[in-house]
This record gives sequence, structure tokens and C-alpha cells, in this order.
Amino acid sequence: MKETTVMVNNKVGLHARPASLFVQAAAKYSSNIQVSCKDPDTKELREANAKSILGVLTLGVFQGMDITIKADGEDEAQAVEVLAELVKNNFGED
Amino acid sequence: MKTLSGIPASRGICIGPVFQFLRQELIVAECKVDDSQKEIKRLEEAIQIAKDQISSIYEKALTEASKADAEIFQAHLMILEDPELLSEVKKKIETEHCSADFAMKETAQTFSNMMAAMADEYFAARATDIMDVGNRVLRILLGVAESPTASLKAPSIIVADDLTPSDTVLLDKSLVVGFCTARGSATSHTAILARGLGIPAVSGAGDEVLAQTTGSTMILDGTKGQVILSPTENAIQDYEKRIETAKTMRDASMKHAHEAALTLDGRQVEVVANIGNVEGAHSSVQNGAEGVGLLRTEFLYLERSTLPTEEEQYQAYRAILDVFGQMPVVLRTLDVGGDKEIPYMGLEAESNSFLGQRALRLCLVRPDIFKPQLRAALRAGVDRNLKIMFPMVATASEVRDARKVLEECRAELRAEGKPCAENIEIGIMVEIPSAAVVADQLAKEVDFFSIGTNDLCQYTMAADRTNPKVASLSNAFYPAVLRLIKMIIDAAHAEDKWVGMCGELAGEPLATPILLGLGLDEFSMSPPMVPTVKQILRSLNAEEMKALADKVLQLETPQEIQEFVKEQVPFIAELVS
Repeated sequence: MKETTVMVNNKVGLHARPASLFVQAAAKYSSNIQVSCKDPDTKELREANAKSILGVLTLGVFQGMDITIKADGEDEAQAVEVLAELVKNNFGED
Repeated sequence: MKTLSGIPASRGICIGPVFQFLRQELIVAECKVDDSQKEIKRLEEAIQIAKDQISSIYEKALTEASKADAEIFQAHLMILEDPELLSEVKKKIETEHCSADFAMKETAQTFSNMMAAMADEYFAARATDIMDVGNRVLRILLGVAESPTASLKAPSIIVADDLTPSDTVLLDKSLVVGFCTARGSATSHTAILARGLGIPAVSGAGDEVLAQTTGSTMILDGTKGQVILSPTENAIQDYEKRIETAKTMRDASMKHAHEAALTLDGRQVEVVANIGNVEGAHSSVQNGAEGVGLLRTEFLYLERSTLPTEEEQYQAYRAILDVFGQMPVVLRTLDVGGDKEIPYMGLEAESNSFLGQRALRLCLVRPDIFKPQLRAALRAGVDRNLKIMFPMVATASEVRDARKVLEECRAELRAEGKPCAENIEIGIMVEIPSAAVVADQLAKEVDFFSIGTNDLCQYTMAADRTNPKVASLSNAFYPAVLRLIKMIIDAAHAEDKWVGMCGELAGEPLATPILLGLGLDEFSMSPPMVPTVKQILRSLNAEEMKALADKVLQLETPQEIQEFVKEQVPFIAELVS
């Protein structure tokens, strides 16, 4: 299993188009991929399937929050690297 | 035979079979199923069909509607492919032994509620998407027709409660001869669509039209706003004759559609079109419009999940401007308020949105919305004949504020080294009575006026134009409205500024002589009306119409005024009979 933590810096967070780009990218890998973040108020850990648009949206990740991407499977290393890169590049936007 | 009165929404007469546009309610009962595997198989098959349907709608929306419309269907596709949603539904079938229908409905509802509960406009829109997708799968599982119009096979009159833009995206327009809605008004979506297509329409005809069975014959008179149910053979023959006469006249006016509208005494009047997209642009040119008097920009903002980017707007405006070359195109900046569903703008619902923070009022406090639009317009206007107009102006200071933002945008573009249109004419919509009253002051601030008669009438008569109960008051032929129009035109001419009109009245044949007499410089209307109005203008003497207009302003009711015009200009009476 591989995992990495990155900060979401783009304006809208993991919503709208960035969320859909993230899910589309995750869907390309066979590994089981989870994305998690800490609730900014309660500090409770929330987790979702990175291949689910509904899951990712309901995580409620806004600008400035850290997310942890965890992958488990054959292509886990590449999956984590590419997804983290996508977040770091602000999803190719702004 | 029975005649019903509604609101005239789009001119013309048609006879045809009724097609009831019914949204079927999806009733799903909870029931236990033994063979869960069979239910899962049913579910998977239904989802596959739903995916195919959405893909083909997406393709269709890409070519026919705007890219923004299409994006909605792409979002639907993603929801349908969502592993969480699918595993939830399957889990429900397996553990609770319920039917695929019930599991789908419950799960869609749960996710939708979850989104709706996040108290964020963006999620509220996703909640609707999930329900839309869930209902599509349910329709397939239940064997209910995909869209109410899927079974529309022969040319028909579409009868509905009211229609939304998403209802009409899927409609095969070549099979629509008329629209008849039980509710709605002369300015509702259906009415605007019908006028753009040149198809007759009657709005607000009442619930009785919904009781007509599909296939029964109906006569629709969109000029008078009448609907005739179960017409007699005689009535049908009579109306067929009228349709024939109207067609002959239309063909005659079409022959001269591309000639200038020069009155008998040599006054050149500009006849231009109201459009809202690139299809409208092509239709304008075909119908002989000499440009655009009103380019509605709302189409770029509706039915999507994020604001259109500057680049997207630039492309859209440029595509339309390119159709017109050096002909004038008046772009109206965003005209929305709390009554329009634009969830991502985060507009607060207002108790009276027509009197609320809408149009320019909204844009002035939301530079994040206003500036990208102005920048896109300035860039698109390079080497084209673009004019910009601000809607919903009540005071002179609003015009100055708006011009300031426009100048800021121009300065930004220059600093960024991007080409932008210089020396473009700036105008305002005159549609609020206060603006009409101080038109002399406003005329000093702008290059032109465009009179929006729909709102001017609504605000002057204090009659909600979407309320059929006060529809009779919502009539721009009332002398109160016509006198304001005279004030506006006179005030502009005193400052050597030109005046156009882009409200419904400009495309109304009975109003043409009055408006010509009042000195209107530019008439802007839905493209199919252009040839007729041009033909009328060519048959009138502008000087003589001044006297007619003076008399009209002394009359009391719209009926008296219309009768007087018919009497004075008999050939128009024939045209509108």
C-alpha cells in the first residue's frame, strides 16, 4: 500500500470540475483508492472511494485542506503519484 | 366546439392534432423479491440503457443546444457510473430483498438528500442531478416512455402545463406546429422559443386544454390568443383559408425581406432582430434583419453548474458577431435575478424578485460576474459593430457606475496587451418608469436607448406579466405606456441620440404605425416577424403617422387604439385578421 498527503490549493477545492477530473483520473487505475481528510471543525477523519464522484463530493474538501490519498493494488505507486500531482498542479486550472 | 381565451404568445394560426406533453409520475411500491441476482441483472441492464440514452442526448445537446446544456448530461453520466451509488443499490437489493426499482429510488433519494443537506448551492444542483438520473433508471425499469415527447411522431400542437428549457431540448421542432400551455405568459420560455421558430403559441389557456386527448383536433390562434376545442368542419375550413392567406402574404413579404425598410416619404428605419444564440443569428440573416437590436446573453449562464469563463463567453459572442460582419449587434449584459434558477451564483431568493436586485443592480455588486462578461464582449467586438447595453437602469448614477467598470475592463485588457474594441456605443434599456421620466438626464449619459416594453409595461401598469389574472392590464397598447414611449423618444432625440425598441411591441403590426409616428429609429423583434414589419413600414408615410400617433395618445383603452389603427391603416387590419 502507498499513501501521500497533499494540500488542496485551487479555489473551489475538490468540487465541480476538479472533483470530476480527480475521479476520472482515479478510475484509470485498478488499485483500490481511498481519499481522506480531517473535518476542519471536529477533526474527525472522513474517507471516501476516490473513484466515486458522490463520495469525493461529500467529503467537502475546500481550499487549504490536506487530503491523504491511499492506494492498494498493482498500480498503487503510479496512482498515488499521478493523483497527488494533479492536486499539486491545481487540476490544471487557476 | 368551444373557444378558450389565453394570452397571445406567438403570432400565427395552426390546426393540428393535440399532443399532450405529460410528465408521468413514477410510482414505486416496496416489495420483496426472492431472486436478488435477477434484480441485480435487471438493474445493470437498465443502467446500461440509461447510459446509452444519456450519451445520445449529450451528442444531440452538443450540436443543437449550448455546450453548457450538454455539460449537464455529462455530469449525469458520471453519477450513473459512480461505484458508491451502484454498490449501495446492489447492497440494498441483496440484504433487504427489495426490487431493483425500490432500491434505486431509495438510494438516489438518500444521496440526493445528503447533497441537499450540505447547504451549498453547488450541492443543491447535484441533488437535482442525482434525482434526474435515478428517475431515468426508474423509467427504464418501469417501462415508462423515456421522455414525454419520445412518442411524438406526427406534426402536432404541443399541449402542456408549461415547458422548461430542458423539456424543449429533446423536442423534435420539425414536428411542432404550435404550442399551447395551460399556464405561463407571453414572455415565458415557451413563448420566446415559439416566436424564435415562427410557430404560433398561446399561453395561459387554462386547465381545460390539458383535458384534450392526444390526437384530438385543435385550432390555435396565436395572434388573438385563442384556442378552439373540437372545432366544427366549417370552422376548420374558415381557418384553413386564413392560414392560406397568411402564407401568401408571408411569401410576398419574404420576397422583399432583404430590401431596406424605406417609408413612402423616404425615411429609413432600421429593422433588426432579438436573438439569444447562434441559431437565432442565422435565422435573423435569412429573414432580412439588418443586425441585432437585442442579444440576450442569459443562455450562457443557464442550466450549468459554474459561471461561464471569459474565454467561453468570448468564443460565443465572437461566433455570433461573425455572422453579422459589419452589421450592428447590441449585446445586453446579464439580465437575471432571484426568479431564475442559477444555483451556482448563490443568489438569495427575494420576496419580489422583479423589484429586487436583478440585472445591472446585481452585476454592479458582483464584479466576479460582471467583469468577465464585459471583458469577453470588449474582446469579441474587435473589428465588429458591437454595441453594449445595460438592462434595468433606474438612475443616471447606475449608468456612470457601469461605464466605470467597463473602462476598468478596457484598461485591464490594454495592460495585458489584449486587443479590445474601442469607441463602441453604450446604451441602456429603458424599462423602468423612473428611467422614462428622467430620460432627458439619462440621454446625456449614453449613446442610445432601447425600450423594453415588456418590463416597462409591467412596472407602469403594476401588473405581473407572468400572472394570467392580470394579463389584460399587461398590455403595452395602454396610453400610459405609449405616452412614456413618446417621452423617451423625444428626450433622446433632443440630445441627438437614437432610440430602438426590443420589447414585444416592436414586432406587433398594429403598433408599427404608432411607433413610426412617434419617431422610433430602430425596431427589434423575433426574426420571423422582420419581413412583415419591414413590409408594413414600406407601405406607410412617416409624416402622416405623426398625426395618427398624436390621436392615439388621446384614446383611453388598448381596444380603442387598435380599432383606430385598423380603421386608419386598413391593410394592417387584413394582415392581423
